[in-house]
Amino acid sequence: MIKAVLIDDEPLARSMVAEYLESYPQITVVAECNDGFEGVKAIMQHQPDLIFLDIQMPKINGFEMLEIIDKQPAVIFTTAFDDQAIRAFEQHAVDYLLKPISKARFDQAVAKFLDTRQLTTDRENTRKLIDDISHTPGQLERIVVKTGTKIKIIPTASIIYLEADDDYVKIHTDEGTFLKNRTMTSFEEQLDSGQFIRVHRSFIVKIDHIVRLEPHEKDSHIAVLSNGKKVNVSKNGYTRLKQLLGM
Amino acid sequence: MSGIPYTSSRQRLINISCFIIWIIYAFVQTVLLWWFEVDFNLALNDSLVSATATSLCCYIIANALNHYLPRRKGYFYIVVWGLALAAISVSLDRWILQYVIYDKNYLNHIDLSLPLRFFINTLLIAWIAMINILWNIQQEHKENEQRKADAERLAREAELYNLRQQLQPHFLFNSLNSIIALIGRKPEEARNMTFQLSDFLRGTLRKDDQQLIALKDELEHLQLYLSIEKVRFGHRLETRVTYDEECLMKTLPAMIMQPLVENAIKYGLYDTTEKVTIGVACSCHNHMLQIQIENPYDSQSNKPRRGTGFGLRGVQRRLYLLFGRTDLLETQATTHIFTSIIKIPQL
Repeated sequence: MIKAVLIDDEPLARSMVAEYLESYPQITVVAECNDGFEGVKAIMQHQPDLIFLDIQMPKINGFEMLEIIDKQPAVIFTTAFDDQAIRAFEQHAVDYLLKPISKARFDQAVAKFLDTRQLTTDRENTRKLIDDISHTPGQLERIVVKTGTKIKIIPTASIIYLEADDDYVKIHTDEGTFLKNRTMTSFEEQLDSGQFIRVHRSFIVKIDHIVRLEPHEKDSHIAVLSNGKKVNVSKNGYTRLKQLLGM
Repeated sequence: MSGIPYTSSRQRLINISCFIIWIIYAFVQTVLLWWFEVDFNLALNDSLVSATATSLCCYIIANALNHYLPRRKGYFYIVVWGLALAAISVSLDRWILQYVIYDKNYLNHIDLSLPLRFFINTLLIAWIAMINILWNIQQEHKENEQRKADAERLAREAELYNLRQQLQPHFLFNSLNSIIALIGRKPEEARNMTFQLSDFLRGTLRKDDQQLIALKDELEHLQLYLSIEKVRFGHRLETRVTYDEECLMKTLPAMIMQPLVENAIKYGLYDTTEKVTIGVACSCHNHMLQIQIENPYDSQSNKPRRGTGFGLRGVQRRLYLLFGRTDLLETQATTHIFTSIIKIPQL
């Protein structure tokens, strides 16, 4: 049996996908979800093989939801209109259905899934896709993370600094520290470069939070932050910082 | 818009005309007095002083009117000002002359002619004031025309934008998707929604954005939109439209509340996963129609309010172009409720 989860904030849109799926006895809809939060819960609970995922949804959108689930099922995106997303889908050969969805197009997508049992939307691909879509430089305004079973939306305004930690990035905020599976480079590109600066290979700092700079060893400095933390500043980072602050 | 260059060219006109008044006044008076067989030197001195006092007062009233455009009731004050300035110019004239002219006889002569001088000065000042007021009225008329032209152009852009960006993509495709979903199991509802959708689209296309329409019609149009959205989000979207009966015939620019209601639904629904009530309340007082649109929102989740751009700015701009005021759109945000209020002056 193939388990499927439908995630869309419009009940009629879900009911239509469910109706189309009736002609596939081997696929069972185990859950229907109204938003990304429910989606994460249902995916953890049912471990589905396939999800149908809308992009525009309350609280967190479809991409943000994918970012925080651990074991990712095959995904077929459904969307009404999103120029930017469609371009990205095509580029990464990810399957998507445009609303209104025709049965023929739907069957095609499902057939592709049944053939390979593994759509091209594996983890790596999804990450690339998401990076691509939110690749408007300097536009990142919030980060969605999961802590235990809870989902946390971090406004970028509350970030103090970011620290590299193997495959993860530690996000230090007013409210504590969170882990996110993303690269420092992607954060560097997407955070507002007027507010955040990469001072070191392993550190991105919010400029407002720098209290003072102290010389360290030769060629390097240490930045003291508003929360008392000390962060290494490389030679390049120091040059960039000087430029930005007009020193 | 072109206020600064205009003002300075206007200032130059005032300067030149006051100078011309000075020259002509001095020349005419000198010639007249000379003709009445007054000593030429006396006549010249008298004329120069009188001309200076008079043109100074003309200059004052012209400048005052350059900066202040009287309303209809204000014309009374202009008359008072004109008379006062005429009196001032004559007094000033007489006061200076006693230091310039020592001939007692001639000074007595001048005292006799004071009423005549006052009369002439009054006429001159009135003439200058009138020219300035006409100037002002013409200028205001020109600005009005310009604003109207701008309003028409922007309204057209807004209409195009509405059709292109807001209706077509999400609203239209999602509505069609809902209709297709309904066709199989609830054909009656599908049919209903198709009618609503086409009525709504027709209303949008037909409306001339420039035109003021009755609140009653606009509410009906809005109702179509809301019922379509309710089919889409049935379980989560509730609306509460309230109005005072006497407001129904008040007028407002077509489609002015549409972007605000769309915003309210978008942010109301995307900020929370619970049931959402969108409130639209219409009331009227003091020749103003007031429409208040409320949606719940969560200041905590800090979801950036992207895309309010055209919605709010467009409405604000349209109201300015139509009514020449910037205080007609207000927004307020408490922790849980976002409110936008538009006021429409009833002309």
